[in-house]
Amino acid sequence: MKDDPGYYDYWPYSNRPKITWPNGAKLAFWVAPNIEFYELNPPKNPSRAAWPHPYPAVPGYSIRDYGNRVGHMRQMKLLDKYAIRGSISLSTALCTHHPEIIEMCRERDWEFFTHGIYNTRYTYGMTEAQERAMILESMETIERAVGKLPAGYLAPALSHSEVTIDLFAELGGTYTCDLFHDDQPTPVHVRSGRRFVSVPYSLELNDTIVYVVNKIEPRRYGRMIKDSFDRLYAEGSTSGTVMCIPTHNYQVSCPHRLSAFEEALEYITGHPDVWVTTGREIADYYLAHHYDAALADIKSGRKA
Amino acid sequence: MSTQSVTSPHPPVDDGYLDYPARRYGMDHDRYAWSMLTDRKPVVWPDGKKLAVWVNLSLEHFPLNPSGKPVKLPGGMSMPYPDLRHYTLRDYGNRVGVYRLLEAFDKAGVRPTLAINALLVERYPQLAGLIRERSNDVIAHSWSMDTAHAGGLDEVAEAELIKRSIDTLTKAFGKTPSGWLSPGKLESPNTPDLIKAAGIEYFCDWVNDDMPYVFQTKHGDLTAMPLSTEFEDRFVVVDNFQSEQSWAEQVMDACDLLLAEANEQGGRILSIPLHAWVMGQPHRIKHVEAALAYVMSKPGVWNASAGEICAAWRGQQTDDANINA
Repeated sequence: MKDDPGYYDYWPYSNRPKITWPNGAKLAFWVAPNIEFYELNPPKNPSRAAWPHPYPAVPGYSIRDYGNRVGHMRQMKLLDKYAIRGSISLSTALCTHHPEIIEMCRERDWEFFTHGIYNTRYTYGMTEAQERAMILESMETIERAVGKLPAGYLAPALSHSEVTIDLFAELGGTYTCDLFHDDQPTPVHVRSGRRFVSVPYSLELNDTIVYVVNKIEPRRYGRMIKDSFDRLYAEGSTSGTVMCIPTHNYQVSCPHRLSAFEEALEYITGHPDVWVTTGREIADYYLAHHYDAALADIKSGRKA
Repeated sequence: MSTQSVTSPHPPVDDGYLDYPARRYGMDHDRYAWSMLTDRKPVVWPDGKKLAVWVNLSLEHFPLNPSGKPVKLPGGMSMPYPDLRHYTLRDYGNRVGVYRLLEAFDKAGVRPTLAINALLVERYPQLAGLIRERSNDVIAHSWSMDTAHAGGLDEVAEAELIKRSIDTLTKAFGKTPSGWLSPGKLESPNTPDLIKAAGIEYFCDWVNDDMPYVFQTKHGDLTAMPLSTEFEDRFVVVDNFQSEQSWAEQVMDACDLLLAEANEQGGRILSIPLHAWVMGQPHRIKHVEAALAYVMSKPGVWNASAGEICAAWRGQQTDDANINA
């Protein structure tokens, strides 16, 4: 085991080369709905149990199913209302289980990135070849469903190996959502030396982390989103920032939670200098316009 | 396959871990059909009401010496025996909290549905007598909060447990309960089959929908009724440490959203799950009163019992395609 993942170098937030987003926007805003399938009876992974209860784990399974049966349509309607194209973190088995959802997202030109095959299949214990096969199958499933290979990866249930990001880059991916080290995109070292970036996804504003782990009230979550936006928008005058709200239809779309989220979306999209976009568009734009300057600045080892 | 990454601390998984035998259209099991809420025939409640409000009060008994088998249930004893602290605080709900809540319901004009551990009516016949007089709808809630229906429970023992619970409630209230709620919403692989065989018509364990749907068992269909966990009092206030006031706001926000959705998409259900030992506390009751007053003041609200809502829904599922959807 390593004492540092080795994916990026230390790089002070102050005095970085200025990022500008399209049309002079200060902040790139993206919403990443996780559209997931959890299995009722997944095979055991020796390093992590899928469910806290013996089979059938009704409480855990059924609330996640709520996301697909009920929650998806609620969130999609809201994103339509604010002209936001979702960037879907997809358990790709959902293409087979619930193709209706895939079709609705495809019609809206939402982005699909891979989140593995099932959110109950962990990377732990896979050989490199197994992990490569799993990631590749998930990418090909997306390509078959929507006609385009995914550019981004968020490992299933945030389960990683030491080579997860290397493998994804070798399979043709361009960005990862698995690193939480920055509020701007950054170059990522991958062993193939390919041009590959991290696009800020957020754990702090991830509804499942907020509601399940940190046990935060819905209205406070709405305020946290707005506060986060205010600061990143202000800092975006100095150099463009990225704000992501990762969501789960089984959390944010519950009837007692959606209105706080809606208020926050209304607030953010009501500001002029916001680039409402997708993860892939942020990665592509950054790679084309800012990646090289960032790399040179990091290499220079300049003073903070 | 290549060799294990040399520095992985994890035991290997075999290639079967990359097989997906249940990857098929719909669900990965045969209990119910895949169906999105918005694809179903709109439901109309009696008198053209929009939102059915189901106030569900759980009356529970937590034994001082739980077996914890096959699993421990949330809210049970957690200190070394004898855990007087948790035993008595739970029992408070049945001595004090329940009366405070029933008064609040009466004041708000709310008819609650009561989910009752059968052991409770044996232990507290005075409480059982009052409930019988009030003739509120009763849901069978197993025997106690130490009888988890979970994987590992023997099928014959579970059948006996279900029968004993239903028989005891039937005797106490002169009426066989038609609804079931498993403690902690846990189930064994056999629970739906066994409760259906015992005469249950609807159950409230699966939190995957905001409306009823058809759930298949070996002995015919059950109706799955939507009893929320996500804004249940115990979950919000006890497990998540959120304030009473926030709980009330969450109920109000849910009410507003579901009413708006009902106006566009057809009848919806707002379940308000309460526990006597949680919301029956003196510092919490006013928030229950505020939430109920808010909900009941909304035009289009139909306060009904779980059984009445279930019956009204079933009455509209005439189309086989829809009932199986």
